[in-house]
Amino acid sequence: MEITAKAFKYGDDINTDYIISGKYKFKSNDMEVMAVHAMEELDPDYYKKMKPNGGFLVAGTNFGMGSSREQAPLVLIHSNTQAVLAKTFARIFYRNAINTGLPVVECDTDLIDDGDELVLDLTGGVLRDVTKGIDIAIKPLPPVMAQLLADGGLVEHFKKHGGFAL
Amino acid sequence: MSAISGKTIAEKIFSAHSGTDAHAGDIVVADVDFVMGQDGTSPLAIRALENMGVDEVFDPEKVAVVMDHSSPSPIEGVSALHTIMREFGKKTGAKVYDVGEGVCHQLIPEKGHVVPGDLMVGCDSHTCTYGALNVFSTGVGSTDGAAAMASGKLWFKVPDSVKVTYNGELKPGVFSKDLILYLAGQIGADGATYEAIEFHGPVIDELSVEARMTISNMAIEVGAKAGLMKADAKTLEWFEGRGEKTPAPQAPDADATYIRELTFDASTIGPQVAKPHAVDNVSPIEEVEGTPIAEGVLGTCTNGRLEDFAIAASILKGRKVHPDVRFIVAPASRKILLDAIEAGYVQTLVEAGAALVTPGCGPCVGTHNGVPSTGENVISTANRNFKGRMGNSDAFIYLGSPATVAASVIEGKITDPRKYFEGGQA
Repeated sequence: MEITAKAFKYGDDINTDYIISGKYKFKSNDMEVMAVHAMEELDPDYYKKMKPNGGFLVAGTNFGMGSSREQAPLVLIHSNTQAVLAKTFARIFYRNAINTGLPVVECDTDLIDDGDELVLDLTGGVLRDVTKGIDIAIKPLPPVMAQLLADGGLVEHFKKHGGFAL
Repeated sequence: MSAISGKTIAEKIFSAHSGTDAHAGDIVVADVDFVMGQDGTSPLAIRALENMGVDEVFDPEKVAVVMDHSSPSPIEGVSALHTIMREFGKKTGAKVYDVGEGVCHQLIPEKGHVVPGDLMVGCDSHTCTYGALNVFSTGVGSTDGAAAMASGKLWFKVPDSVKVTYNGELKPGVFSKDLILYLAGQIGADGATYEAIEFHGPVIDELSVEARMTISNMAIEVGAKAGLMKADAKTLEWFEGRGEKTPAPQAPDADATYIRELTFDASTIGPQVAKPHAVDNVSPIEEVEGTPIAEGVLGTCTNGRLEDFAIAASILKGRKVHPDVRFIVAPASRKILLDAIEAGYVQTLVEAGAALVTPGCGPCVGTHNGVPSTGENVISTANRNFKGRMGNSDAFIYLGSPATVAASVIEGKITDPRKYFEGGQA
């Protein structure tokens, strides 16, 4: 699967309160409604920028630190975020992203500038910055997570196997 | 990691729960002793269970949902989420802790749902709190929580462990909150990501069980998967009368392998304050003394326990909260509220001017109970001070110990609490 989209670049230590504020996460279980507020604390226009054509959320270290709220990957998915590219991820967010089907990619995001055109081939494990004309190395998913993703996420894995089959 | 070296607490608990000789780096599918969700996360877990086609939980005695983050409901949307949780309890037999019971991280150990040596997961990042009780407890998302509720199992990567030792002794007016804030300042918000921290040393040994929970509660603030401690006589005594389960404590081997070891001299650590808008943005209190505050918060899963009430009451006894300050007090559980009433702490705090709110998360999560106004500074005993955390992106949250909060609400500005303790001038 190849995804082509623009890079939207943000910084280090983006926490889950910034991805979706606690004041919204309790208002509804409807992620389409909540997605309008995605990343609002850092960029009030995030949803407007991302929704029409999709895009890559590009960040630095420790993306998704903080709470366990699964609303964080869900609002990114529902705002049409195609994948999150970061130098490192916080643990709970990383698991939640795989479980809900949001691609998360560890790579050297210093090589990417805001607005760059990127092509991500998750199956081939290739990230290309078309604007710069370079390929960027990406860290492969741990095998257990690759297996969950291949099954279509944790819910589908459970439906298929009737429990954990790792 | 050599298979012949000794094991950390994490490696021992994962070995016992996976039936394998588990070492750091291994992927295991392990049996969980308990699974919990709160009102911000349970509804999504319940939906994930439905999507899995699962209509029962693996063991109703080992699953609980807790209404604490936005409780009692301030708005219709939350009321609907609470209804989903109550109906889930009726359908599956899972335990429901309704409005007024308290914060999940106080209730789960307080009710004896976990004991030393257990492995549990909760759909809340501060689930790491029970590490202080020798429980490997960690926060997971709603879908992982649902998988654990359905099967009683979850997959884990056995973490490397970091050994943190506090030597020396705590000086008067300095508390366990200051120790963990100091650590966050030293190693940063990703200082132990994917790792378990083991807390050791004479200072930890001397702390009460409640004070230890404050430290483990904030392990996630440095990215850690768990913040573990040994179970000692105090731990085992704490569990007496709290349930039927028999503790099976796990101590680390003397030759356990740690990925890093950090040692601090607690005698040199004074009161610490985390400044806006990051928990690792920590200063000694001297650097922020005098910062005006409009709101003070005593409570939360970090510092809403009886000992925290005792500390605050000792400072506020016979004194008044500054007229320009709102002082919000939220006990971590109904039991703590009752104990604090009996001990006279509630009387003292309310007489001083505190506003007492329902046992639960209080204003920490920005849903209710004291959203600050634009431009205001708050001093809180909570564990997070991210921009917008308390419901207003243009407020500024400082974090400190219960003593620091109590001293600060009297003067209307961030105040060093040491003057109220041995050697002070108050």
